[in-house]
Amino acid sequence: MSQSLNDDLNRFDHTVDPEMDNSAYTLGPLQAGPPCCHPRPLIRVEHLSVRYGEKPALEEITLDIHRGCITALIGPSGCGKTTFLSVLNRLTDMIPGCRVAGRVRMGSTDLLHPALDVQALRREVGMIFQKPVPFPLSIRRNIELSLLEHRITKRSELDGIVEQVLTDVGLWNEVKDRLNAPAPALSGGQQQRLCIARALALEPGILLMDEPCSALDPIASGVVEDLIQRLRGRYTVIIVTHNLAQARRIANYAGFFWVKERAGTLIEFGQCRQIFESPNQDLTAAYVSGKRG
Amino acid sequence: MPEATAHSIAPLGITRDRLATFVIWSAALLVTGLFLWLISDILLGGITRLSWAFLTEPPFDAGRSGGIGPIIVSTGLILLVAIAASVPPALGTAILLAEFSRRESLFGRSVRLSLDVLAGVPSIVFGLFGNAFFCIYLGLGFSILSGGLTLACMVLPILIRTAEEGLRSAPDDYRLAAAALGLSRSAALMHLLLPTAMPALIAGLMLGIGRAMAETAALIFTSGYVDRMPDSLWDSGRALSVHIYDLTMNVAGGDANARAAALVLVVLLLLVNGAAMTLADRWRNARIVTA
Repeated sequence: MSQSLNDDLNRFDHTVDPEMDNSAYTLGPLQAGPPCCHPRPLIRVEHLSVRYGEKPALEEITLDIHRGCITALIGPSGCGKTTFLSVLNRLTDMIPGCRVAGRVRMGSTDLLHPALDVQALRREVGMIFQKPVPFPLSIRRNIELSLLEHRITKRSELDGIVEQVLTDVGLWNEVKDRLNAPAPALSGGQQQRLCIARALALEPGILLMDEPCSALDPIASGVVEDLIQRLRGRYTVIIVTHNLAQARRIANYAGFFWVKERAGTLIEFGQCRQIFESPNQDLTAAYVSGKRG
Repeated sequence: MPEATAHSIAPLGITRDRLATFVIWSAALLVTGLFLWLISDILLGGITRLSWAFLTEPPFDAGRSGGIGPIIVSTGLILLVAIAASVPPALGTAILLAEFSRRESLFGRSVRLSLDVLAGVPSIVFGLFGNAFFCIYLGLGFSILSGGLTLACMVLPILIRTAEEGLRSAPDDYRLAAAALGLSRSAALMHLLLPTAMPALIAGLMLGIGRAMAETAALIFTSGYVDRMPDSLWDSGRALSVHIYDLTMNVAGGDANARAAALVLVVLLLLVNGAAMTLADRWRNARIVTA
């Protein structure tokens, strides 16, 4: 049973568009992503509800995440955006008393299936946290740790991956002479980029980002934002942000969450421009214009 | 007090602060002074007797003359048995408690309660238990093995509780981030959580070794009194603390050698401490760099 699930997962390894030049060593200059006017759903979420014990956290969420696009989730604190992200990589499994109902599928894979290989899922779906969490290890070992678990042990191969992902996040030139220095000694912005590099090393198709810039100063935040822009196309990014301007700048799609009857729910989902410029719901209009929230 | 008059705001607070400073300093000085007194007393009383011969020769005339060679060997063997028998189950239990059970679960609470009760049991009770169980029931007799296993039971609660607290002090962010990277729980434990908890684990081990080395009551009934060189772990062997106790309480004219033996015990403790700290540092540097 779980073997077939794994096969399903593996089919999603190749999220790089074939027409894109992926021989480029870095992700290249800042670029607009592929036009998302032909949306191809990668993850389909239907009637998703999450409860912590008796307390409902999310109620009846239905939306599609499109391949290669940046999807921003906006809304006030406590409306379940982070919970939504942790359903997608099954970090909800680690929360005692957390119950998830509904359907979340990636292709034909049921992501909520109890027998799903969650380790394989989490390699496919990387996650960046709000506060950078560099492990108290060297910069190099922070990246290698998960690769070793992945049975990659050849020195040359490891070195190649370390250099590539650090280049991808624009950190290589800053740290190439001190790869053995402790990662927690890096600045906040560098730490967050290291965490992104660490996630990229596993070659995920999807990146979940939980307010990746909110713990950073404006300049570091700008650097990370540019980086996220460059991930578009190669990776499917779902980003939770409280920074509406940021969501507007980088996202192709936006979902607006709100708390209704003490449970988070999705008010509106659509193309980012539509959500910000011509929202269908009054609540969305009030929130994006700053009148509420 | 010029400050008190210059700042008319809360002069009482300043006086109180000074009083507190005085009390704290004198308490610290008192403790340090007591420690220095104790060390110098042992040092002055014991250093004249100390020699290579004293460390290697067997005791003569019930310990009034001769050395403590076999006693050091027995002490080391008892300690090795105790560490070998207690560390693996302690680590396992601590990992189970800290990583695989919830703090407030019934299982965790009952295990913790029994450990706390065990930690408070007087060592003489452990001695009687060890005698009844290891010496008689398991038929190990008065032996280094019996003594070491009894000490292992005695230090188990300390080891488990310190190791558990050490593991719990590793931030949950590490566990989440490791899980999000697809690391298995055992990999996160091996490469991240245990190294992070290493200082606490070592501190617990030091506490345990300290208690085991200084133990007398639990050993009298289990590893016995015999002061010749042990042939094997099934032989009876006299620990340093038992030797010191015997020389001071039972042997007239054994005081000088008792002090020398006490000095050796203190130095050994410091050495073990230092070695463990160095080892822990090296282990940590091999796997982990802390900022």
